[in-house]
Amino acid sequence: MSGLPDTTEKITLDTFLRGLWEENPVFVMLLGMCPVLAVTNSAINALAMGLASTFVLVASNSLVSLMRHFIPKQVRIATYIIIIATFVTMVDYAIQAISLDLYNALGAFIQLIVVNCMILGRAEAYASKQPLGATIINGLGIGAGFTLALLSLGTVREILGSGSLFGVALFGENFQPWVVMVLPPGGFFVLGAWLLIFAWVGQHRQQRMDQQEVAQHDS
Amino acid sequence: MSQADINTAVVDPGLTTRMLRTLGLVAMLSGLLVVLTYRFTLPMIEENKRLAIERALFKVIPGAVSRQDFVITEQGIRRAEQNTEGVTLYAGYDQEGRLKGVALEAAAAGYQDVIRILYGYDPYCQCIRGFQVLKMAETPGIGDKIIKDADFQQNFVALEARAHVSGKGLEQAIVPVKHGTKTEPWQIDTISGATITSKAIARMLNDSAQQVVPIIQKDLAIVEAGL
Repeated sequence: MSGLPDTTEKITLDTFLRGLWEENPVFVMLLGMCPVLAVTNSAINALAMGLASTFVLVASNSLVSLMRHFIPKQVRIATYIIIIATFVTMVDYAIQAISLDLYNALGAFIQLIVVNCMILGRAEAYASKQPLGATIINGLGIGAGFTLALLSLGTVREILGSGSLFGVALFGENFQPWVVMVLPPGGFFVLGAWLLIFAWVGQHRQQRMDQQEVAQHDS
Repeated sequence: MSQADINTAVVDPGLTTRMLRTLGLVAMLSGLLVVLTYRFTLPMIEENKRLAIERALFKVIPGAVSRQDFVITEQGIRRAEQNTEGVTLYAGYDQEGRLKGVALEAAAAGYQDVIRILYGYDPYCQCIRGFQVLKMAETPGIGDKIIKDADFQQNFVALEARAHVSGKGLEQAIVPVKHGTKTEPWQIDTISGATITSKAIARMLNDSAQQVVPIIQKDLAIVEAGL
């Protein structure tokens, strides 16, 4: 909020890396589930969606950060939404210019980046309080985390559901694709599996850290 | 507006101005960025659309290497110019400028959403020679069999769509039949397991052909004169 003084943080490697693991928007914060489930039926769609969201995130949050002292808190959400919608419209045209096939595959989900709570959440919780540099680095990190998450769903679903990766067939003629994986239920299955892995790894790390602590304490 | 907001508005008289200024500025900046992007990408988007149409067009009109657009108006077929209202008709010609066939768009509701196709029509054999899906959201592995299923594609080697002698509609409507029971050249052998999608193709072809085939046959000379 603009009324509060900046709680400026130093830019460290962690500013970027946090988005990849600790604050991963998909696997940890569970934000932006709509595109995560909807457009990850192939790796290329997932990658395009991830990059488009990253661009919108970084560009809109930079502008929010630059204007953070001028935006009255009463109209801040409206202002953020206009800024986000502007960059989404730009991405929309850009994707049409790059590839119509990709544009048709992503469908309404490009326009729906406007309401991706990951972006608005970052604007409200981070960009409105931090200087431009930190905002860009953090935005890139969160965007990379989002893209990575989409790609991990997209690759698994495409390999199992279509037997290909980035459109290149991986298996022979006789491969019987597991079609449900590219359908909506497959999105939930694969997301559930990834969340399980993330939670399991996180738990193991915690346990190891606890054990180390106990060992240090004992010695 | 909550009570707290009203109170601040009273306490701070400059607030309204600041809110207006911020929103106005942001909206102007937004408009500028969107217009710039639009102007910059417009030629690329139009080029992409043209390429997409041509890619589909040369697939449904075998032997075509160049194209000319026409518009089917109430008065008949006219060359496409700006602001001509009506259904677009794409004509494909070979190297010598001979008409190889025409292509039209057709659409009907499928299982998930509207399916849009481009189909090729050969006015000399009075038959439909193939189609390309422009847009569909059918279930992968089920509805998309209309593209992949070889038996289904066999329907469109020469699907009869002969204009009625009265100059209205088709002599025989294009009808879908149960898989394996096709006996007549105007019937479409549907895919069992993708019945709704294959019937949608039959329906959209019939609806479109009923309307345009008689007009194409009547004004064939205009299309042949072409390039």
